Amino acid sequence: MREISVSEVIPVVKKLCMDANYYIGEDVIEKIKEFREKEKSPTGREILDIILKNDELAAKEQMPMCQDTGVAVIFVELGQDVHIVGGDFYEAINEGVRQGYKDGYLRKSMVDGPVIKRKNTGDNTPAVIHTKIVPGDNIKIIVAPKGGGSENMSEVKMMKAADGIEGVKDFVVDRVRRSGGNPCPPMIVGVGMGGNFEKSALLAKESLLRPLNEKNPDPELAEIEQELLARINKLGIGPQGLGGTTTALAVFIKRFPCHIASMPVAVNIQCHAARHKQAII
Amino acid sequence: MNEIHLRTPLKNEDLENLKIGDKVLISGIIYTGRDAAHKRLVDLIEQGKELPIDIKGQVIYFVGPAPAKPGQAIGSAGPTTSYRMDPYSPILLDRGLKGMIGKGPRNQEVIDAMVRNKAVYFAAIGGAAALIAKSVTSAKVVAYEDLGTEAIRELKVENFPCIVANDIYGNDLYKKGVQDYREE
Repeated sequence: MREISVSEVIPVVKKLCMDANYYIGEDVIEKIKEFREKEKSPTGREILDIILKNDELAAKEQMPMCQDTGVAVIFVELGQDVHIVGGDFYEAINEGVRQGYKDGYLRKSMVDGPVIKRKNTGDNTPAVIHTKIVPGDNIKIIVAPKGGGSENMSEVKMMKAADGIEGVKDFVVDRVRRSGGNPCPPMIVGVGMGGNFEKSALLAKESLLRPLNEKNPDPELAEIEQELLARINKLGIGPQGLGGTTTALAVFIKRFPCHIASMPVAVNIQCHAARHKQAII
Repeated sequence: MNEIHLRTPLKNEDLENLKIGDKVLISGIIYTGRDAAHKRLVDLIEQGKELPIDIKGQVIYFVGPAPAKPGQAIGSAGPTTSYRMDPYSPILLDRGLKGMIGKGPRNQEVIDAMVRNKAVYFAAIGGAAALIAKSVTSAKVVAYEDLGTEAIRELKVENFPCIVANDIYGNDLYKKGVQDYREE
């Protein structure tokens, strides 16, 4: 049993919140550049250039690349041989978020009383935390701030087995078509197939953590991802929805077995500010 | 393509020459406002009360900026998605608002209200928030401080870059742009 104090967790989460919002991944930059070369719309090319310039400036000046610094979505992989001491683990994560958003000059976007009062909590807490217990004696923490504009274009659909793979593909493409320019394209489309209602949504979100230069290890899914990406980039939406051939940079799929009666499919849309940073304690 | 310089407050003559797709650099005073501030403004209009800012000829930028670091006028400040303001915008346009800056398409009611009132909707680049902040030279809260990032701020901007998405003639760049490149 390895003891890890919550006081070690707080600064790690704080730094990850700041770094995720300042420094876009090199994989995202490379992918935008790759699509920029192929983009048919002159306005689209210009927009992609502006995004690249923005991301460079944000990193240089340590400013958030987007003012929407998101809900702090946090994935924890907790080693089963870890004993957390010194306080409440989730409170430590929230304290890290609180400090990171305050000292990092990040926007506080969480409102309490989500339907009626909608009062800003003032420190961007609470984080949305997903914990998995895994073998080992480490804690892996991934911070993935998620903006509202793209999250709003996401959807879970309880489909029928009779809809088949073609039905699922049509649903994904149609979800992107209906999103248009709202989620800040070029986007990344995360798809969760199977599980149940909430599992499908979590699969879709988890899929977005894959680096953009990595292929799906499952050849069947890799092929579907490529087909969907090609179809999505024929929709004409383009950068910022103003027309073009770069609507999505990637489609990522994760799947899980499901009930004989069900076929849930979730689509989680990610904007071009695809932010996630991780650390291991 | 040439860039067109505009200075606020906007006049009809400024807007008559603008067409969708035009690149525009806006200078002068603009006001920020997003969901919560729009709701309050429209509630005041419905109650027949004075607005905290005079919106005649003005531009509202749909943004909730990040906090400014020491020495900055404003933190990162890119546009938020505009459709959430669609229920409110026609009411403000009918009261003299001349321009809106945001991202994403507007509904037909807003487009009709823009034609009716000779007003324009400008698209700023979503996610280009650090770059856009560079065109803001000063910022101060002028109403609804309690809303935090959603408060109404008066921004002084110099060459704020955007693209005409809806002109006063009812054209829509979001529709046209997609039609031009759609293959599925």
